[in-house]
Amino acid sequence: MKNTLTREETFYESIINKGYSRRDFLKFATYMTAFMGLEHSMVGQLVKTMETKKRIPVIWEHFQECTGCSESFIRSDHPLVADVILDTISLDYTDTLMAAAGHNAEEAKQASMKENYGKYILVVEGAIPTKDGGVYCTIAGRTAIEVLKESAAGAAAILAFGSCSAWGGVQAASPNPTGSVPVDAIIKDKPIIKVPGCPPISEVMTGVVLHYALFGTIPELDSEGRPKQFYGKRVHDSCYRRPYFDAGLYAESFDSEEAKKGYCLYKLGCRGPVTYNACGTTGWNNGVSFPVKSGYPCIGCSENNFWDNGPFYERLENIPGMGIEATADKIGKIVLGAAVGGAAIHAVASNVFKKKEIDENRTRGEINEQNLNE
Amino acid sequence: MKTVTYNYKRVYVWELAVRFFHWLTVLSLIVLVITGFIIANPPALNINVEATNSFWFGYVRLIHFAFAYILIANLLFRIYWAFAGNQFANWRNFIPYTKKHWKNIFYVLRVDIFLQKDKAHKLENISIGHNALAAFSYLIMTLFFLLQVVTGLALIADTSAWWLPKMFHWIVPLLGGDTATRYVHHLFTWFFMAFVVIHVYLVLFHDYIEARGEASAMLSGFKFVRAERIKQNINNFVEKVKNQMNKGDEKGNIENVDE
Repeated sequence: MKNTLTREETFYESIINKGYSRRDFLKFATYMTAFMGLEHSMVGQLVKTMETKKRIPVIWEHFQECTGCSESFIRSDHPLVADVILDTISLDYTDTLMAAAGHNAEEAKQASMKENYGKYILVVEGAIPTKDGGVYCTIAGRTAIEVLKESAAGAAAILAFGSCSAWGGVQAASPNPTGSVPVDAIIKDKPIIKVPGCPPISEVMTGVVLHYALFGTIPELDSEGRPKQFYGKRVHDSCYRRPYFDAGLYAESFDSEEAKKGYCLYKLGCRGPVTYNACGTTGWNNGVSFPVKSGYPCIGCSENNFWDNGPFYERLENIPGMGIEATADKIGKIVLGAAVGGAAIHAVASNVFKKKEIDENRTRGEINEQNLNE
Repeated sequence: MKTVTYNYKRVYVWELAVRFFHWLTVLSLIVLVITGFIIANPPALNINVEATNSFWFGYVRLIHFAFAYILIANLLFRIYWAFAGNQFANWRNFIPYTKKHWKNIFYVLRVDIFLQKDKAHKLENISIGHNALAAFSYLIMTLFFLLQVVTGLALIADTSAWWLPKMFHWIVPLLGGDTATRYVHHLFTWFFMAFVVIHVYLVLFHDYIEARGEASAMLSGFKFVRAERIKQNINNFVEKVKNQMNKGDEKGNIENVDE
């Protein structure tokens, strides 16, 4: 393989060189146009862009993570989705998938960052520990904070891929022993695109990279930094079980008749109504299914703090830091009980302490009653 | 026993607008709490119908949202009335910004809440409209209402096409996501219920101890006040009105001049 030359290739050339036909390429372009939420007439533009534009180099950093996001990514629905990016990545830097290791790998990264300074897209997978000088995640003897700051300096944009780099993820869950933070807590001066999910939908990354190639800008983000194309709707809004929700037909347990009938999983703690993601539309495993379709309630894996918003199969979450099983309803019942109890005690006490007033009022009333005319 | 009986005068305290606001709030609160709890934990009726033919949960949500908007409009109206209404409806009652307010708050705490003896027995301590503590509690309640309204609007912001809910979208990231926002919205429902218990109890308490129409005032608008508290020269004024109207029995306050 003439690896050293591929860096200069266009998207199209790299695809054809890998042995795909032009027909595959056009199908891919059509697929991605639809996926990015663009008009059908944009297919031609996307084809043109991919034929003429140089591939955008991608550097993929791994910090505190389980590599599940990478696993999801290489199992992307469309083979080209991964190939477009992965070819560049394996050339440049991703410590999980690249052939090189050790000093060679670090040198390759340094060389790529230098060459593509200001042009590459930095993908970050995993959260960054900050406690004790960041010693809880070190790569080649350097802390994750250092590595991130260095790679971010020359990045055109940063893609926080997965819930860990977007929100902090499992290591940032209470009590967060390593002081983990998401990317945007450390890097403030670069556009950061959050692609949360545990793992996230892999096409989102290809979509963002192609959007950047096509328009030269990052896609429109919502107020929390997620691309609107993919995170504009809640799982609930694109869920095929929504009619059951509105009809008030719910499964109360996993083994019930209602669950078998495919009723809404709202009462089994489904987080669909509070989770922004494209699962209901794109599905997973070539669009075969997504959790709700498989009879399993959404756990809200693309939402901030979802590990602490448990238990997963309850509608009402516990309050973190308030001890186990401290739900809003428990607190509410205590408050309401205190109000009723307080009123009852006060009612009894006032008959004792305000006896004088009550008696006086009665006496006056009785006098008047005795002195009525006729 | 040399007990003297007092003369009382009828004072128009709660204007129609205030009473209307009050009872509309009561209605919305009842509807919102009930539908809110249904939304939080719907009964699994699972009647034997196709989902196509049933929409009851959708209607429950619709009612919840509709009454939320009624409540919002009602609140805005009451805020307007805090400037347009009579002295008892005025905004100055609700914010304890003077020494007089705080004096009354401590008086109410001492005499009504902790049931101490009212040794001084000063008439001006007995509030005609809200007492300062109650008024302050309504201010706090208004803030709770606003919080409930903005969290509610924030929750439907993303699926709404209207600019009003969309205005409050920023609440969601501020509180840390939809889950947290829904949580706050759920938790505060309990505070409203606790408030209702305390509020209704204290109204009944005042009615029972003071016997001057505390409870019925929110229906009729009138409370009874010791005659000494009304300016003596009112009789001249009343005569004037009487002459103008020629019939004294049409307005309650004229009829009761000599009560």
